[in-house]
Amino acid sequence: MATPEDNRYAKSHEYVHLEGDVATIGITDYAQKELGDVVFVELPQVGSQLDAADELGSIESVKAVSELFSPVSGEVIEINEALADNPALVNTDPWGDGWMIRIRVTDPTEIDELMTAEEYDEYIEKESAH
Amino acid sequence: MSESTGPLKKTPLNETHKELGGKMVDFGGWELPVQFSGILEEHEAVRTRVGVFDVSHMGEITVKGPQAQELLQSTTCNDVAKLAEGRIHYNGLLYPTGGFVDDILIYQNNPNDFFVVVNASNTDKDFEWLQQAARGLDAEVQNVSNEWAQLAIQGPEAERVLQPLVPALNLADIKYYRFARGVVDGAPAIVSRTGYTGEDGFEIYVSPEEAPRLLRRLVQLGVKPCGLGARDTLRLEARMALYGNDIDHTTTPIEADLGWIVKLEKGDFAGREVIAREKEEGPRRKLVGFEMIDRGIARHGYPVVSGSEEIGVVTSGTHSPTLKKAIGLAYLPLDKSAQGSEFSVLIRGKEARARVIPTPFYKRSKS
Repeated sequence: MATPEDNRYAKSHEYVHLEGDVATIGITDYAQKELGDVVFVELPQVGSQLDAADELGSIESVKAVSELFSPVSGEVIEINEALADNPALVNTDPWGDGWMIRIRVTDPTEIDELMTAEEYDEYIEKESAH
Repeated sequence: MSESTGPLKKTPLNETHKELGGKMVDFGGWELPVQFSGILEEHEAVRTRVGVFDVSHMGEITVKGPQAQELLQSTTCNDVAKLAEGRIHYNGLLYPTGGFVDDILIYQNNPNDFFVVVNASNTDKDFEWLQQAARGLDAEVQNVSNEWAQLAIQGPEAERVLQPLVPALNLADIKYYRFARGVVDGAPAIVSRTGYTGEDGFEIYVSPEEAPRLLRRLVQLGVKPCGLGARDTLRLEARMALYGNDIDHTTTPIEADLGWIVKLEKGDFAGREVIAREKEEGPRRKLVGFEMIDRGIARHGYPVVSGSEEIGVVTSGTHSPTLKKAIGLAYLPLDKSAQGSEFSVLIRGKEARARVIPTPFYKRSKS
């Protein structure tokens, strides 16, 4: 599936989908493939304040744990409860039902510092080439 | 998993794995597939049908001569004299301190001819150890690892799928922990009913040249290629020890709850004194199985704590695909190791509760 054009992307493979001042955050299709079968996702509390690059939680596959980082700053207003019982949603639908948290952003222009879909595609091509 | 410097070692099946879509990783200096279609899917295939693993990185050492049995008796804790032609047993190669040099399988051809299968990471160490111990004995030790490739075919359908490839042998006659020589799909082979998954299955030793063709044939017949990821979740559910995780030179068989491979009555062997004392007085710590009570997965190296004190350590842990919960093995002080005993594990700085439960975590139904 092509990298969605209407998202922005962090080097740590999280994506941001911004609508108004609400950002939906998840991990990319490339990231879920690299991880393998996801068995556990640890998310922050609703109400937490996050700055860009803060650790927002962790994601565990069968073999390993990876930290998740927030690409933007703001308050966590919603978390995806479905991942508690069905962490595999991250693998099967990373762009949709596998979303992780929603943040009310403090500065909507922060996403300009993140990669576009085209830039992200280039980035992962370089990463997988070595 | 350790990373290495220099080029990775490759099994004879390296190219075949890549053709089959294997995701290759560095496993202790070997380039091996961690998965093909996915760890959970591969795990389930072995539990319900049949899967195949490349285990060619394992080492093989022959011990031959009039004092071959004596050599093995004095260096291991299980009773080698109880073996017979065509029989295999699980054993511990021990240090005088009672800790493990390695956990091994010994296959007996005859009382003067043994085939020892060892962990890949310990092959050179085990070979040197046995060579040293053979000094002054009429026994010859040889490292024949380069002469053998090995495939493990595991799952309830393993026998049904394999039998047509081995027309001259009746696989049903090869009982658990027995082996026979035969021809598998035209390749001369040793076929043993052994495995590291807790399912029925066979381990097949063939020459490196024959291995790629045999693997492709098995996949053609519907056997699922499986990688190291599923190998680990399967063996942990079956409570099989992993050297480097659950056992090493600091752990005795008694501490590791492997007392069933210790036969004190067989005579003297390296480590006997320490082990005899432990059997009498009890070990200071014990390897137990546990399940998580709180959410989270406890993994290798995570500390077991009581207050601010570290009282033990997790040696292996994962999400169990069959039981759908987090399980693991840990060394606990003897007084904390009773069934049902609760303890805390530190998972990335936070305490999470766990409880001791019986093992194996999974046992296949006898058919």
